[in-house]
Amino acid sequence: MAGLKELKSGVVVIQLNRLDNLNIVAGTENVNIVTDKPFCSSSLTFLHELSSIIRKSTEAKLFPDLMAFSFWCRKGNLEQFKKDQINLERRLGRGLVFHIAPSNVPLNFAYSYIFGLLSGNANIVKVPSREFPQSEFLCNTIDDLLQKKKYKILFNNSAFIKYDKENDITKYLSSICDVRIVWGGDSTIKNIRQFSTPVRSIDIAFADRYSICVIDLEKLIKLSGEDLFKIAGLFYNDTYLMDQNACSSPHMVIWLGKKNKSLRNKFWKILEKHVKRNYEMESISVIDKYTKLCQTAIDLNTPFELINYDNLIYRLSLNELPENIHKFRSNCGYFFEYEVSSLDEISHVINKKYQTLTYFGLDQTFLVDFIVNNKLHGIDRVVPIGKALDMDLIWDGFEVVNSLSRIINYS
Amino acid sequence: MFKINEIMKKQPFSIPEKERANLFNRGLRYLNSHHYENCLEYKAILDAFNYDQDNNHSYDQFPFLPVRLFKEYNLLSINKNKIFKTLNSSGTSGKKVSKIALDKENANIQTKVLTKIVSTVLGNKRLPMLVIDSKSVLKDRNNFSARSAGIIGFSIFGRDVTYALNDNYEIDIENIIDFTTRHKNEKIISFGFTSIIWKNFIQYIIDNKIKLPKLDGTMIHGGGWKKLSDLKVDNSLFKKNVFDVSGINNVINYYGMVEQTGSIFLECSMGYLHTSNFSDIIIRRNDFSTCNFNEIGLVQLISLLPTSYPGHNIISEDLGEIIGIDDCKCGNFGKYFVIHGRAERAEIRGCSDTVE
Repeated sequence: MAGLKELKSGVVVIQLNRLDNLNIVAGTENVNIVTDKPFCSSSLTFLHELSSIIRKSTEAKLFPDLMAFSFWCRKGNLEQFKKDQINLERRLGRGLVFHIAPSNVPLNFAYSYIFGLLSGNANIVKVPSREFPQSEFLCNTIDDLLQKKKYKILFNNSAFIKYDKENDITKYLSSICDVRIVWGGDSTIKNIRQFSTPVRSIDIAFADRYSICVIDLEKLIKLSGEDLFKIAGLFYNDTYLMDQNACSSPHMVIWLGKKNKSLRNKFWKILEKHVKRNYEMESISVIDKYTKLCQTAIDLNTPFELINYDNLIYRLSLNELPENIHKFRSNCGYFFEYEVSSLDEISHVINKKYQTLTYFGLDQTFLVDFIVNNKLHGIDRVVPIGKALDMDLIWDGFEVVNSLSRIINYS
Repeated sequence: MFKINEIMKKQPFSIPEKERANLFNRGLRYLNSHHYENCLEYKAILDAFNYDQDNNHSYDQFPFLPVRLFKEYNLLSINKNKIFKTLNSSGTSGKKVSKIALDKENANIQTKVLTKIVSTVLGNKRLPMLVIDSKSVLKDRNNFSARSAGIIGFSIFGRDVTYALNDNYEIDIENIIDFTTRHKNEKIISFGFTSIIWKNFIQYIIDNKIKLPKLDGTMIHGGGWKKLSDLKVDNSLFKKNVFDVSGINNVINYYGMVEQTGSIFLECSMGYLHTSNFSDIIIRRNDFSTCNFNEIGLVQLISLLPTSYPGHNIISEDLGEIIGIDDCKCGNFGKYFVIHGRAERAEIRGCSDTVE
């Protein structure tokens, strides 16, 4: 297996070219485990330059996820993230972060890399082995940029690799990393956990989650037709843009306030317009959803009213909220809905699976208080409708930079 | 009340459209209520759809089950102790397979209907039969795969049933030579699964430059084009290769699902698949509205046979198109159609999947 080499300077180098069946798509084949302070200036300059290259590229404009990525890692946004951190001056990266990105989100690997980079670490990133044009574009762009002399240190501690189902590689990199970040479903994470990491290293799993949207009917009713259309559009972005398959995409809508069926109908009808206009439904997704609907009919012990908008939206209205409702999630436009007069009526179902609560017409602190005061086991994130898919440096309940760096205590 | 025996005496491709519609309205209405009363899962689904059984809809608006449901549940409309045998779809290891429970009566009907349909092309005389497969697929008699069920089902049309492949799925050339020697100057029938015939028979013969004794007769094959369409092999290329290596010039494709064994669809002399008096096909758009002729959509399959499990009306993951009704130049009545393979699974975006 691959060798670890120690340089005279004391820097440990991982020689990736000694691993079989591994392909380096960007960065170095000799990864120097060199750490830095979080938000060090070279990483900020690098990301800023990466962001502007992508934004100027005509090819990149074809991919909304690439544009969103470049917007996210632009200078202003990162400076804002930096401002939110404390004790940066006495933090250092933990060492080597080994990232395992999910196979079906083209750019997730890059966000994961930025997590590691901004925290001051060396990074080895497993890029999905499946070909996505936008991830290929991004890898090439990163690789070109890393070649610049001024990024020599970054080049030396970054590697983007591809390999197919090679458990030996996962095993080896797990055995030497200081942090392992795994994105994926439960079985994937369990599979990777069988490979042990050094005793001092930490394992962060961004597992499969469930998310909901809370809408205040009494605020919604006051909206003009135009604004209602906008809000439904934001909801569309939160859900259909990622086939409602992102962890943070809502799977259930909670309607708060005085019951109002006609308003709810109106909302879904407007959503249907957005879906018809913008979404391309695959035949196989129709069958997937239809199968899930039949499974729900068989397995959910609570009756529901089904309203089907041409197979584009399945709307399953519940009269009571069963505790295991999160197990009935599907995607590509599959929603449960439930009317409540108070949020207390949903607290019994909120478990550790729940990640994001998007909202409209409510006060953010009121919602955070609802979670904290009720000591709920789930919901790590409260964001306005339309922001479900925005990546943040606080994710799944982790403060990413704090988790991926160590703090030097003094007294 | 509807009894399949009503149409057992008729020639299987003989009922014109108007009469067929009446038959299917009546037959399916009966099967809907039969399964509703006897299968809890079927009832739960129809209840969730708020489906009113006493409506006056025509059968194209009757509810259908997604075929994958048979992989997730043991759907039964009979008492468990009445199960006579269980058919499984062939699936790669680790993947879920369909489990179709048959009672004696349903198994019997399947065989009868299969015989009726297939005898239209093979006649009633049993011919020497060469199965393009290995006998070892039959070993587990308790666990019928679609492949073994197919071989056993079709074996009734032949005599001196001989297997062309050995236990390692290689050509058993001596066995084939013995077979042709025994049946010199006789017409034979050959049966097998499309992808096995292509890979283990045709390709093997070509790659190893094997000279096969000339065969004269009919080949019936089915069981999915997915592997072959990946290799860009279509029906005409398949036929040409079968002829080139074996001399068989009458090659007939059949289409059907393990969920509707018996009422299979046969390729006619014009190259189209046909519905019979026992089966129907509807092509649907993504919103489940029905397609026009020559418009590709999702394939819904209907069979009047299933009584022991609710498989009478299912929507598949295949894509197809109907060419016409009752006016195929081959002379048979019924809908004639083409299958275009599986609906492709585009990569769904999201973060809930695996790392491969």
